[in-house]
Amino acid sequence: MKIIIVGDGKVTYHLIKNFIAKGYEVSVINDNDEYCDYLASKTNALVIKGDGTNPYYLNQSGANKADIILALTDNDPDNLYICQIAKSYFQIPKTFSVVNNPDNEEMFKELGVETIFNTTKLISLLIEQRVEVSNVSNLISIEEGRLNISQVILTSDSPIIGKTLKEIDLPHDIVFGCIIRDEQILIPKGDTKLLEGDKTLIITLPEKQAEAFEVLLGE
Amino acid sequence: MYIVIIGCGKTGSAVADLLSKNGEDVVVIDKDNSAFNKLSPDFTGFTINGDATEVEVLLESKINKADMAIVTTEVDTVNSMVAQIAKDIYEVPKVIVKINEPDKATIYNNTDILTISPTDLFIDELRDRLAKDDSEVLNEESLT
Repeated sequence: MKIIIVGDGKVTYHLIKNFIAKGYEVSVINDNDEYCDYLASKTNALVIKGDGTNPYYLNQSGANKADIILALTDNDPDNLYICQIAKSYFQIPKTFSVVNNPDNEEMFKELGVETIFNTTKLISLLIEQRVEVSNVSNLISIEEGRLNISQVILTSDSPIIGKTLKEIDLPHDIVFGCIIRDEQILIPKGDTKLLEGDKTLIITLPEKQAEAFEVLLGE
Repeated sequence: MYIVIIGCGKTGSAVADLLSKNGEDVVVIDKDNSAFNKLSPDFTGFTINGDATEVEVLLESKINKADMAIVTTEVDTVNSMVAQIAKDIYEVPKVIVKINEPDKATIYNNTDILTISPTDLFIDELRDRLAKDDSEVLNEESLT
């Protein structure tokens, strides 16, 4: 699979690393000398220095043979242009774009961009969730966000109060790490009973996190 | 005619002055407030200070009611986005875009958006004049 990324910053860097680790062929276009040098020394991506909205540089990055293009710049008109030219001129089948102004999501959809990451909306949503549900907190993410460890404090309306771990219908890909009860650390076993006020540490895949919170908090 | 002009640079301001002088209803949008200083004192249209890639700004200009949109900013990707929003989403009957880099004009292939490229116009004009000069030289030569 051949992927072209037009973007900068840490997100682009980590994506390149992850994609290459998965065996994908990655090209990246960026117009900053220093950033290009950095990528070239730290990754095995094909690094093209130039304007990613210019068909010339897209062609150099192998756009004719690419399967996917990701437009991740902080400039929405650029991202739209990249995806459209990739689709109409180079016939790249899959186009992904970040939108920086949340209002542009609908617009991009109407103008033919296939998959849109509304980063501002996503981050605001995450912050909102955190602020609203304070008895849930994300402690750490490992492997660049592919595994989360979070803490959930069990409230009185939690449906699992008084049940043992064995009795809880826990979805797959969720593990009870430990329970902190009145400063005591308990390593949970099947017959450990859950009580109100328990701080539970759970290990989940990010996409299963909402499901886990639902089981623990009943929302 | 109701005309929305996006970008009040050298081109946009001159176009706005021209159309306003011709008696059209003109609105000019630019994200830099000082850009409007380029308009002539006789300009009778409206100005809106804002980024035209933001939908609220375009709606403030009532682009959905415009007969024509003329997109003249210095940035081709901005022009492309605004022109498409005007044409495809707000169905402005006539959308005209200034092309800064001719390489980037391919995006308008197979669309109803009209393009004007100052670079290409210059080249065409130059070619014509050179051809004319050559033929004049030839004529002079044939006379002698």
